[in-house]
Amino acid sequence: MGVEFGVPLSEIATSNAHGEDSPYFAGWKAYDEDPYDAVSNPSGVIQMGLAENQVSFDLLENYLKQHPETSSQGSGISGFRENALFQDYHGLKTFREAMAGFMEQVRGGRAKFDPERVVLTAGATAANELLTFIVADPGDALLIPTPYYPGFDRDLRWRTGVRIIPAHCHSSNGFQITIKALEDAHAKAVAANIRVRGILLTNPSNPLGTAITRTVLEHILDFAVQKDIHLISDEIYSGSVFTSAEFVSVAEIVEARGYELDCDGVHIVYSLSKDLGLPGFRVGTIYSYNDRVVTTARRMSSFTLVSSQTQRMLASMLSDREFTGNYIKTNRDRLRKRYEYIVEGLKNAGIDCLQGNAGLFCWMNLGPLLEEATREGELSLWKLILLEVKLNISPGSSCHCSEAGWFRVCFANMSEQTLDIALRRIKAFMEKSKARKRQA
Amino acid sequence: MRIIVPLQGVVQGRGGLVFGSLIPCALFYFLQLYLKRNRPSSPSSSPPSPSPSSSNLSELSTIPRSLSRGLISPRGSSGRAQLSSRGAAIARPDDSPYYIGNKRCVDDPYHPSSNPDGIMQLGLAENQLSLDLVRDWLESNLKESFPGDKENGGLNIRGLATYQPYDGLMDLKMAMAGFMGQVLQGSVSFNPSQIILTAGATPAIETLSFCLADPGNAFLVPSPYYPGWDRDIKWRTGVELIPVPCRSTDNFNISIAALDRAYNQAKKRGLKVRAVLVSNPTNPVGNILSQETMYGLLDFATEKNIHLISDEIFAGSTHGSDKFVSIAEVLDAEGFDRSRVHIIYGLSKDLSLPGFRVGVIYSFNEHVLAAAAKLGRFSSISAPTQCLLVSMLSDTKFISKYLEINRERLRKMYALFVGELKQLGIECTTSSGGFYCWADMSKFIRSYSEKGELKLWDELLNVARINVTPGSACHCIEPGWFRCCFTTLTEKDISVVMERITRITEGH
Repeated sequence: MGVEFGVPLSEIATSNAHGEDSPYFAGWKAYDEDPYDAVSNPSGVIQMGLAENQVSFDLLENYLKQHPETSSQGSGISGFRENALFQDYHGLKTFREAMAGFMEQVRGGRAKFDPERVVLTAGATAANELLTFIVADPGDALLIPTPYYPGFDRDLRWRTGVRIIPAHCHSSNGFQITIKALEDAHAKAVAANIRVRGILLTNPSNPLGTAITRTVLEHILDFAVQKDIHLISDEIYSGSVFTSAEFVSVAEIVEARGYELDCDGVHIVYSLSKDLGLPGFRVGTIYSYNDRVVTTARRMSSFTLVSSQTQRMLASMLSDREFTGNYIKTNRDRLRKRYEYIVEGLKNAGIDCLQGNAGLFCWMNLGPLLEEATREGELSLWKLILLEVKLNISPGSSCHCSEAGWFRVCFANMSEQTLDIALRRIKAFMEKSKARKRQA
Repeated sequence: MRIIVPLQGVVQGRGGLVFGSLIPCALFYFLQLYLKRNRPSSPSSSPPSPSPSSSNLSELSTIPRSLSRGLISPRGSSGRAQLSSRGAAIARPDDSPYYIGNKRCVDDPYHPSSNPDGIMQLGLAENQLSLDLVRDWLESNLKESFPGDKENGGLNIRGLATYQPYDGLMDLKMAMAGFMGQVLQGSVSFNPSQIILTAGATPAIETLSFCLADPGNAFLVPSPYYPGWDRDIKWRTGVELIPVPCRSTDNFNISIAALDRAYNQAKKRGLKVRAVLVSNPTNPVGNILSQETMYGLLDFATEKNIHLISDEIFAGSTHGSDKFVSIAEVLDAEGFDRSRVHIIYGLSKDLSLPGFRVGVIYSFNEHVLAAAAKLGRFSSISAPTQCLLVSMLSDTKFISKYLEINRERLRKMYALFVGELKQLGIECTTSSGGFYCWADMSKFIRSYSEKGELKLWDELLNVARINVTPGSACHCIEPGWFRCCFTTLTEKDISVVMERITRITEGH
């Protein structure tokens, strides 16, 4: 294997485990080559495959304009010295306090977070990989309910050597996680002599755009305790729930259980990339109720520290509770409005979506359009939409969805005008398809 | 390990050197084998508990050999949801003096007025001599964290906050290439497309290791070497580091013959060597690699068909009279196969900005660049920091002035510190770069062994209350050498340090 390259490289460097040959990423390439622009390229590809939140930038910009000291380096030589030299993997205390406080606000104060348990990483991608290194050895497995974020195949497996075993969910119950699905997946692992080390949930779900209910969460935690495995709850979309009351964090359940031994295996991943729309800043956190995991994660975070300058900047912004309170509320409202708008528009075009209550995307059902209800059928429809309709949407198969025909459509990474155009294109496509069907 | 040294001392002389090296090496090899087989488990671990999968060990064929032992090793906590064996290894308390000493400094830091009896930090290679220059620049260029939206006269957070290429902004790669060229005073022109930016040199070396070697493979590392590599490289990649001892009689310079011997020994043990890892200027000794050595390394790497990694993070921090030559310059001049050469760099040392987290992998191998770019997602640099640095690094006048003044201050401090040590009877090797000197305190240790050295280290830490790094933490095979960093000290501090050292030396 290494011979063709001359001097040998590792398996990691030469394998396809980065997963970037899948359609999820191929669509991005098509977009990069022909990106839509209202003025210069109105017939280009509209990017609806990137879960990025651009609806509330103005709030951030206004804050920074009104608080120029946010980007200052600190007063005097000692303030600057602290900044320039600070590479302590514990992270800036003020920033950890601000993050803990922000996480509490996002959960409407229904859970408390201890800043001493906040571990900082350069983004949630790093946080998820780090936790995987900590809870599982090469060859071990994590159970992940499907459909799930395509990036997990790479982020959780590539360098860690850990496997993912899907726990399949179905449209018959709105893709809710069932204990049966988890049991089946677990049994499969046991039969193959694979050791399961944990469950990884995304709550609210990507790509479904739904929050997990309290009852289901309780059952999942019980299942994890019973099997003696970890529970990782990726809550990076927790601030993107349309109505605050509808989101239940695993933190609330842990508190309700009085932080008992049950919770020794519970860990939460958070980030500012989605809720605050700052993916470029690379700010993620691991929050764990397990002391050893906190210590280990902290040490391992040496490979993925957040710039001290960024920590300082965001510490002051996130400590401004008036700003954050207003931001969270406004952001939620705007996302909800966008969601309602797109779902309505899709309905007009004759497309149904899963009833969602969170996230930067909706989960739409194009099953009725498939020539054949298979992965291939779905992919040929996806390709058609990419090349003819010029929309990059994410096929359910790249999310390991067990049913063909579902697609994730992002709506928060563009202007309202662009969203309109996308909806118009979809409508036109649907009408053309209907006409074609009638003729056939 | 310490047995070799006196034996070699005895059989100096050309013919004798062969026997002087062969026999101790053979003894050394067998001793190591014996020690490895009979290594006692660490006192802090609990008795091994049966792992649920231990009966399936043979079926878990995907687990590499080096990790399979980990499955039967103690789990530690008896609570549920245990850590992986990788995690458990990292969770263990620090046992290296390098980390213990640093922690003591954090817990009880010296301050001339508020804590005059605190521990003085000479164990962290951090440059505080020229922070004022960087601070002044930053103060006059505050707004550079965010690109201006010139049309609308406001901030353009949109351009910055959204997803950026994981391996760094092209603007910063270009500015970095320019900066690296300036550091080398124009002798090399670096190509921005061969740069991968990472959140510090720590992920740079780890990411590169992930690309060059599989778990269970090994790197040859001339020792003494930077203690951090034992974590940064070994922790998660599963790559072994094989120290290749350098000797005081060679002024701790690299011996190609020693590398060759180590390579063959590794082969006999069934270890696949994938790279040689060197630092230049070296840490902890502070040597600059000669061109001859670099040719030797390139020849060696070519002959064995392995990689050469040159960690040049102190390239701009030279203070001696020797001119620093990067491996890149040697490659330029000769027709070596570049695809095996990789350089690690960063801004933590030369620009005194470890907090900003900026590291570089510079490679001539397109496959490595492609893989490392994708791996960049796990350790990207924060966008506003990148923006700020584009500005700073592009200010070539400032950079030029900074590099010159910083070098001068290093030179002065080095001369002062080493001179004062000499007055106490402590000799140092002649260093040409880095923030430290390599001091021989062997005359103050009672038993000429690692144990004796650690006893002295302990006395220095607890009696003299200064934190220095003992050679054993750097895998030095000759007892009594200590790395002393002087760039976190003022001239006044140095007097205090010397006075404190006499608390120990006067007793001997």
